[in-house]
Amino acid sequence: MMTGASSLLRNGDVVASAEIPCVSLADFREQVLQACEGGARIATLFGRLADAGRVRLFAVLANDAEGQLALWSTEVVDGYPALTPACIQAHWFEREIAEQWGIRPEGHPWLKPIRFHRSYREGHDAWGRSAETPIQPGVTDFFKMTGDEVHEVAVGPVHAGIIEPGHFRFQCHGEHVYHLEISLGYQHRGVERALVGGPNKRTIPYLETLAGDTTIGHALAYCEAIEALAGCQVPARAQALRAIALELERLANHTGDLGALANDIGYLPTASYCGRIRGDFLNLTALICGNRFGRGLIRPGGVLFDLDEARHKQLEERLAEAHKDVTNAVELLWDTSSVRARFENAGPVSREMAVELGLVGVVARASGLGHDVRSQFPSGIYRFAQIPVSSYHTGSVFARAYVRWMEIQRSIAFVFDQLKALPDGPVRSEVGALAADSAVVSLTEGWRGEICHTALTDAHGRLAHYKIVDPSFHNWMGLALALRNQQISDFPLCNKSFNLSYCGHDL
Amino acid sequence: MLRTLLARAQQKHRTVGFPKLPPVLPDRLRGRPAIDAAKCPAGCRICADTCPTDAITLDGKGPRLDLGCCLFCPECERACPEGAIRFTTEHRLAASRREDLVLGEKEFQLARALDEKTRRIFGRSLKLRQVSAGGCNGCESDVNVLNTVVFDLGRFGVQFVASPRHADGLLITGPVTQNMELALRKTYEAVPSAKLVIAVGACAISGGPYVGHPEQRNGADRNLPVDLYIPGCPPHPITILDGLLRLLGRIE
Repeated sequence: MMTGASSLLRNGDVVASAEIPCVSLADFREQVLQACEGGARIATLFGRLADAGRVRLFAVLANDAEGQLALWSTEVVDGYPALTPACIQAHWFEREIAEQWGIRPEGHPWLKPIRFHRSYREGHDAWGRSAETPIQPGVTDFFKMTGDEVHEVAVGPVHAGIIEPGHFRFQCHGEHVYHLEISLGYQHRGVERALVGGPNKRTIPYLETLAGDTTIGHALAYCEAIEALAGCQVPARAQALRAIALELERLANHTGDLGALANDIGYLPTASYCGRIRGDFLNLTALICGNRFGRGLIRPGGVLFDLDEARHKQLEERLAEAHKDVTNAVELLWDTSSVRARFENAGPVSREMAVELGLVGVVARASGLGHDVRSQFPSGIYRFAQIPVSSYHTGSVFARAYVRWMEIQRSIAFVFDQLKALPDGPVRSEVGALAADSAVVSLTEGWRGEICHTALTDAHGRLAHYKIVDPSFHNWMGLALALRNQQISDFPLCNKSFNLSYCGHDL
Repeated sequence: MLRTLLARAQQKHRTVGFPKLPPVLPDRLRGRPAIDAAKCPAGCRICADTCPTDAITLDGKGPRLDLGCCLFCPECERACPEGAIRFTTEHRLAASRREDLVLGEKEFQLARALDEKTRRIFGRSLKLRQVSAGGCNGCESDVNVLNTVVFDLGRFGVQFVASPRHADGLLITGPVTQNMELALRKTYEAVPSAKLVIAVGACAISGGPYVGHPEQRNGADRNLPVDLYIPGCPPHPITILDGLLRLLGRIE
């Protein structure tokens, strides 16, 4: 028997907390499993403390075809039958729930911590650890292979390059990788818990440094959530400037990634040019707001910096220059057979696997899937100005590189269009008090993929809970599986083709 | 082959003239703030109350701004009704001592060069191991960019190396998370003496926006002796380069 209907929402719709259906565990499971069976994705699945020491689980199921989000919840005490055995895309979320709230998803096939911190519910630990047991990152069970000449390669948390920390374990026979397991949590800074009770003066810096290379993406998802809760209309000019900044962020990162991919196979011309052109895009963001990563630009209600006429002209001219240079640099890749030979067939992720794991963003589109928040759940100016979805079907390093290149071209065209037709008017409106006892789900297509923020307010209109899902949260497992039956020497190449965020995952 | 050569011609020579020539910076860059305490009305504390990291304190003689905590966000400048606090495009921000980062009455003391003996060792060849200990990939990215043709760090004999055992020092970013504390200490111990420690960004200097969180340690100098502080969120690559070159005595 179903009790209550789900809250069907669009991106940015506000719903009163009392109207979020809270159903029996059996119904909750059935709703999630049925929806995923029917092609929906789990955009977020999280717990929060409810009355009497219980934990309330919330699920947001994204139906890409309809552009709709279904919101369900249920209450659990210490454990529940895990969703993962029947719905693989829940696997990482359920590990997170276990770690944060000491809830055991019974029957989860590989229940391990993901960030290595103490449970938020005192006296409840999913692994029965006492308060005195030290929790050390990376100290946990790992898959092991045994047999003659089988060996294990362990890398990190400190890596060879200038990158964030994570731990990777490969089970190998010679060069051949049978399995890769990724253990994260080294970057955990406690962002989500610190957001509770806000908004306050520290809220925006948290969002801007949540994943520093996605400053615009996360700040935008947050601001759109707040504006929805406050019933604030953002001026058209600000919406356009935000989208320009979001696309510049995508351009800088995609260009940097193509350069880094070229570097990893030793094709130095593109590596060298793209390293520089990435900076040219970052400098365009700095032209707008003074900071290469866009810090200080996006604020609830709009943006803090406007384009005067001279700046507008300069932006167009410099974008045209960068367009010419990036085209020249990237086309070298496709014209060079040795590059194609190294990219093609490396690190494949099949379409079926992408669906099963619930992958998002560039990685999903490179496996032939078509989801893109800008297209299916548009907000802001994207409701009026569409960007075609770029996808490719082979799921290899080549596909992930080529999707980036298609997106670069489309983002540049989009920014030119926006600059040509930039609406007049103010760039910021007043933001009033937030609706009390309400919830909102805010989606943004960051350069890596879908960013999902869920905000719940208390009786005073303060943030009672704030759940963040960086696209990397969905995609790290994709990288692990892409390495199966590959050569370990291809790991840097495969890793770069995903280029996932450590701090965005660790929060 | 011909295409590759034609591309090379189109992409041109792009290395910046800095430090011989002044750097080209965005006109809206928020560099070193300038404080005009004479404009501050008695009892006003708007800037201090606005600052997300409490980088600004008031001691009766006007605002003191700790660049080690400052996120270089536009909030204080926008909030001040008197225009007493404003960001300049001054990119030189690096300092040798933590206390030198506090802007106030004194003249700002830029980073000093290493003493002559140390400079004889590192001055023409400095190998650094970078460790991100909770960094958001902002500082990491703008350190990494020094390796591109634009900044061409190699021309100064500075290089980032893969192993701490090949390094002369560490360049640390991030507030030093609890989960990276051990790895950072082990990496430091693996660097042969004499060794340098460079803290880049508000997080590595003070914890940045994460100051006070139990999940982190409020920056690198709580555990390690820091020789160079480079503030920012993140610092502009030119600011980082300027700091490194000052340390090596390549810029006076």
